[in-house]
Amino acid sequence: RGAIPARGKDRGRLLVLPAALAQEKSSGDHTAVSGPHFFQIVSFKWHHVQEPYIIALWILVASLAKIVFHLSHKVTRVVPESALLIVLGLFLGGIVWAADHIASFTLTPNVFFFYLLPPIVLDAGYFMPNKLFFGNLGTILLYAVIGTVWNAATTGMSLYGVYLSGIMGQLDIGLLDFLLFGSLIAAVDPVAVLAVFEEVHVNEVLFIIVFGESLLNDAVTVVLYNVFDSFVAMGADNVTGVDCVKGIVSFFVVSLGGTFVGIVFAFLLSLVTRFTKHVRIIEPGFVFVISYLSYLTAEMLSLSAILAITFCGVCCQKYVKANICDQSSTTVRYTMKMLASGSETIIFMFLGISAVNPDIWTWNTAFILLTLVFISVYRVIGVVIQTWVLNHYRVVQLEIIDQVVMSYGGLRGAVAFALVALLDEKKVKEKNLFVSTTIIVVFFTVIFQGLTIKPLVQWLKVKRSEHREPKLNEKLHGRAFDHILSAVEDISGQIGHNYLRDKWSNFDRKILSKVLMRRSAQKSRDQILNIFHELNLKDAISYVAEGERRGSLAFIRSSSTDNMVNVDFSTPRPSTVEASVSCLLREKASSVCLDMQALEQRRKSIRDTEDTVTHHTLQQYLYKPRQEHIHLYSRHEIIQNEDEKQDKEIFHRTMRKRLESFKSTKLGINQPKKLNKSHKRDRGQKRRNSNAIPNGKIPSENPVQDFTLKEKGIDNPAFSADDDQSIYMKFPPWLSDEDSVVPSQRARVQLPYSPDNFRRLTPFRLSNKSVDSFLLADGPEERPRAFLPETTHM
Amino acid sequence: EGLAKSGITLEQIEHLHRRFKQISGDQPTLRNLRQAPDGLADEINFEDFLTIMSYFRPVEMNMDEEQLDHFRKEKLKFLFHMYDSDNDGKITLQEYRKVVEELLSRNPHLEKESARSIADGAMMEAASICVGQMEPDQVYEGITFEDFLKMWQGIDIDTKMHVRFLNMEPIAHCH
Repeated sequence: RGAIPARGKDRGRLLVLPAALAQEKSSGDHTAVSGPHFFQIVSFKWHHVQEPYIIALWILVASLAKIVFHLSHKVTRVVPESALLIVLGLFLGGIVWAADHIASFTLTPNVFFFYLLPPIVLDAGYFMPNKLFFGNLGTILLYAVIGTVWNAATTGMSLYGVYLSGIMGQLDIGLLDFLLFGSLIAAVDPVAVLAVFEEVHVNEVLFIIVFGESLLNDAVTVVLYNVFDSFVAMGADNVTGVDCVKGIVSFFVVSLGGTFVGIVFAFLLSLVTRFTKHVRIIEPGFVFVISYLSYLTAEMLSLSAILAITFCGVCCQKYVKANICDQSSTTVRYTMKMLASGSETIIFMFLGISAVNPDIWTWNTAFILLTLVFISVYRVIGVVIQTWVLNHYRVVQLEIIDQVVMSYGGLRGAVAFALVALLDEKKVKEKNLFVSTTIIVVFFTVIFQGLTIKPLVQWLKVKRSEHREPKLNEKLHGRAFDHILSAVEDISGQIGHNYLRDKWSNFDRKILSKVLMRRSAQKSRDQILNIFHELNLKDAISYVAEGERRGSLAFIRSSSTDNMVNVDFSTPRPSTVEASVSCLLREKASSVCLDMQALEQRRKSIRDTEDTVTHHTLQQYLYKPRQEHIHLYSRHEIIQNEDEKQDKEIFHRTMRKRLESFKSTKLGINQPKKLNKSHKRDRGQKRRNSNAIPNGKIPSENPVQDFTLKEKGIDNPAFSADDDQSIYMKFPPWLSDEDSVVPSQRARVQLPYSPDNFRRLTPFRLSNKSVDSFLLADGPEERPRAFLPETTHM
Repeated sequence: EGLAKSGITLEQIEHLHRRFKQISGDQPTLRNLRQAPDGLADEINFEDFLTIMSYFRPVEMNMDEEQLDHFRKEKLKFLFHMYDSDNDGKITLQEYRKVVEELLSRNPHLEKESARSIADGAMMEAASICVGQMEPDQVYEGITFEDFLKMWQGIDIDTKMHVRFLNMEPIAHCH
């Protein structure tokens, strides 16, 4: 991105103030420097820690600010967080300036481009809904490329035209400067779009178009900026036609090159994660390091770094998520979100702080006002024209409302600011004017447009995104649908979207997945299966949560009665039971130190009541007593808890048993013998659930019988003790030959309370589905938050 | 009249006719390529072909609510018939299982059992959506068309179920 000022200079600017402070305080240090005359027990070594200390302090301030903002729900509902942060930054900058009359902290382009921007873009790419993205790629590209060029050209030329008319007064400026300015102010900013749109929740298509545009226009921005920057440097008279042609060629090189770099690194990353089975602790590290390297490599080759890291994330998603173990997947997700969110916070805060810098402030009313007017107007015009063209080719038409949101959502942000700060004031004489204008434009779009977009969206009744629980049927139908559409396209002789997608998934399945995915992942990685599994787990968890809510896990059907009564436990429950179950479930550590002695005792003393069953169940089927537990702590390995595996087996076994006790009137009863045999067979084997256990191999038979607990029949009493042979009398539905489906006990009773209150990490970031295994020791309150269901697209 | 109802333009009809001829090898009817015993028709002629393809035309901008609704229902009915192979008006567990098996048949690592359990699970889900709470003795027969509609309520089928007849160049013969 042109000349980047030396790091030392930035650091110096960042640290001037505290250095000044320190000097006042540590005059005593002078004596220390020259050699102590005595032994100093404690000394104040500010310079020693200066740099990291300041950085940490700023991060802390930003995070604390976030806490403070979210204390008031009313405020955050109306004002977008980014706006609040900018205001805070202004405030802090004001304090610093008032204290010392130095503008010491600014958002330096270096720090921004190297440290603050990559996490945000990586997060966007890694969690990008691929199907939606590639489905709308044509649209996105059109807006990103043509739209940005249009914006840049028109804004630059109009400003130049106005300048020629003299309203702006005397400026040391030429056409090329205007075009340069136009090119850096034209680009829609991904950080700002994300920050604002994630609180607005427009429908997915709209979001992906605006957001995709903001990501992909980086190539255009980079090219235009560099081209005009070098033109300005060369001087307006030396620009020849050849240079212009070179500029156009460089666009293709930059964009395609950046994409290519991203894809190469994605391939590398996927390949690496295929082999990280034994170093699971550092698996997440690979994701971050390799993606970051793709960014830096593209930057080094003067290609589009944002495109590189975006496509790295986009392409590696599938394979990395398939390869790495569940814990690593969670780690990657949380870390990415944290870094991205943190970066965003810091960026906005520093935008505010950097504005308080009187040295750069140059006010030119006409210029500033006109810039604002031009970018808004030309954006609207651009969007309208392009949409009109696109609607001929799109099946899902973009209506007026969508166009309004798209025009209004074209926010400028920190990228423009960083680019303008990079300008060389010797070449661009009016740099300060540009900087001031950019700051005002950014503030205007982020604060004003950010504030008003939510009411606008509501007023226009824009179609909002609905989060729906993933349904197995939808997934199935979606899949069938895709096949049907591909077939029809094939029949009718079209190379349509579905056809292409089909071809790609064939290629992927036959070649790519074999190379890039672990063998175990290849077998088990099927979307339908995953949804099935995920729904099963969700059910199981909500079952447990329900149990806790009702006081015990025993809303069972006792073997004596036939009605599905949730037995009313009027007898006072011993608090130990509840406490231990709840505590157990809330334990975050993987060790479960549960004193089962108490429960043992109870079990022996109570006969044939629900309690027995509960405790018996708990003891036998879910949790193994762990009185002698040696917890090994190792930084280099995650010791796979042997008991965990057994727990899972037991759990699955239990679930299956429960399902067997479906009551069925139509189903003839019997082949209990057959059932017994299959049971014995299953029991004898150690089953490993490959999804739940990172290292697992696929069980040799019937892995998915474990998954049959999907049926919401978890309300059911298979918690009957082993000695109850009656369960073997019942026929599980899947072994019946009948056509009818018997609804589970649970389907007849109300559907249990499903933990709906999980706060997603960031509401709109279309989040990743979790295949976190049901680690029994994790608490149900924590677990639901980990379920960030992937929006199921068809 | 049938053609007018289906709403395909003349140009598209021509193209489809060309395609039909190409696929059928210039015969007046298409033989049932699958040789499955449960197909309803052994041959289809061009009119049937057109009717089927007409289900896949894209939504037009100038349709009103009622037309849209009707359109949507037509498409869903088509889908419904694809699942309901014995054409008795409901999708029973067996039929559903068959569908799921076929869907997952591409994945060589999945056994039949898995497909079955998934189908069962899906059926359960459908039951709970469509019927809600059921009595213990009630048995869920199968998914009727109304239930099917209910299941698809949230999904935007109009925009997805279409094939663009834009590119008029026929590509390879489909086998």
